[in-house]
Amino acid sequence: MEDILTIGGREIKNRLFIGTGKFSSYETMKRSLEESDVDIVTVALRRVDIESKTENVLNYIPKKCILVPNTSGARDADEAVRIARLAKAAGCGNWVKVEIIRDNKYLLPDNLETVKATEVLAKEGFIVLPYMCPDLSMARRLVDVGASAVMPLGAPIGSNRGIKTKELVEILISEIKIPVIVDAGLGAPSSACECMEMGCAAVLVNTAIAVAEDPAAMAKAFADAVSAGRLAHLAGMPHSTVGAKPSSPLTGFLRDV
Amino acid sequence: MNIKINGKEETVSGIKTILELINDKKLIPEHIVVEQNFKIVPKEEWARTVLNEDDKIEIVSFVGGG
Repeated sequence: MEDILTIGGREIKNRLFIGTGKFSSYETMKRSLEESDVDIVTVALRRVDIESKTENVLNYIPKKCILVPNTSGARDADEAVRIARLAKAAGCGNWVKVEIIRDNKYLLPDNLETVKATEVLAKEGFIVLPYMCPDLSMARRLVDVGASAVMPLGAPIGSNRGIKTKELVEILISEIKIPVIVDAGLGAPSSACECMEMGCAAVLVNTAIAVAEDPAAMAKAFADAVSAGRLAHLAGMPHSTVGAKPSSPLTGFLRDV
Repeated sequence: MNIKINGKEETVSGIKTILELINDKKLIPEHIVVEQNFKIVPKEEWARTVLNEDDKIEIVSFVGGG
């Protein structure tokens, strides 16, 4: 049976989502998106630099991809809603990653403002994927106000530290009925794999791919790790124990005379 | 006429509408979204949306981002 993730009525085959920031060039980014055969990519919305025209990032994103604009730069719910509406007006669909940050050192999201923005945008018909600190009460509120998934952080954005929030994310996976997607902080394919083994619906990776020496190869490595982790989760992960449990029979030893 | 474009004060002359402003700046319409005084102006309304003194115009587009 094919294992497909459904969000907002869309079927998503690839459980690796990729952020498009920080690549050394749009060409490099394009190769990474193609190499990983990604279905979902995030983009940001910014003021046009009128003096120095830059190329349109959309020309480098495969047509099959679902575009998820983020609300980066927003410091409260009103700013996030404004950015989301502008992004929708660009005519690339109604998905949005709500990202509301007031903390400049750790870039941790403001969960309360995130709930407010999610409520407004979900009512307007957006498919809302909120970036959040992994907190069960807030995740439940996000579900109640219409989020299509929750995106808890693994570690601070761009930190490459891995799934430091593991136990809190595991609680979300156990209690939240909508997809739990780890976003931010995953620095290695092994971390992405671990998230998928835990039962995350997907992971979103940007920095670790974009700043790799060979981003396209790293994108493929993450895609393979995500597939492997997902398969392991579906196969049923074994429980860990402190003591050893022999794999080979404890009878019939040659030493017995 | 003085207007603010993307936070920067500008004096424009001979430009009456959003569409004329976009053309004057040589921006590609497909790639951008325009907001006039915090209100999104749909592309089909650019030609008949008149610029006024002290307008705050935001012109935005997508860039790479996580």
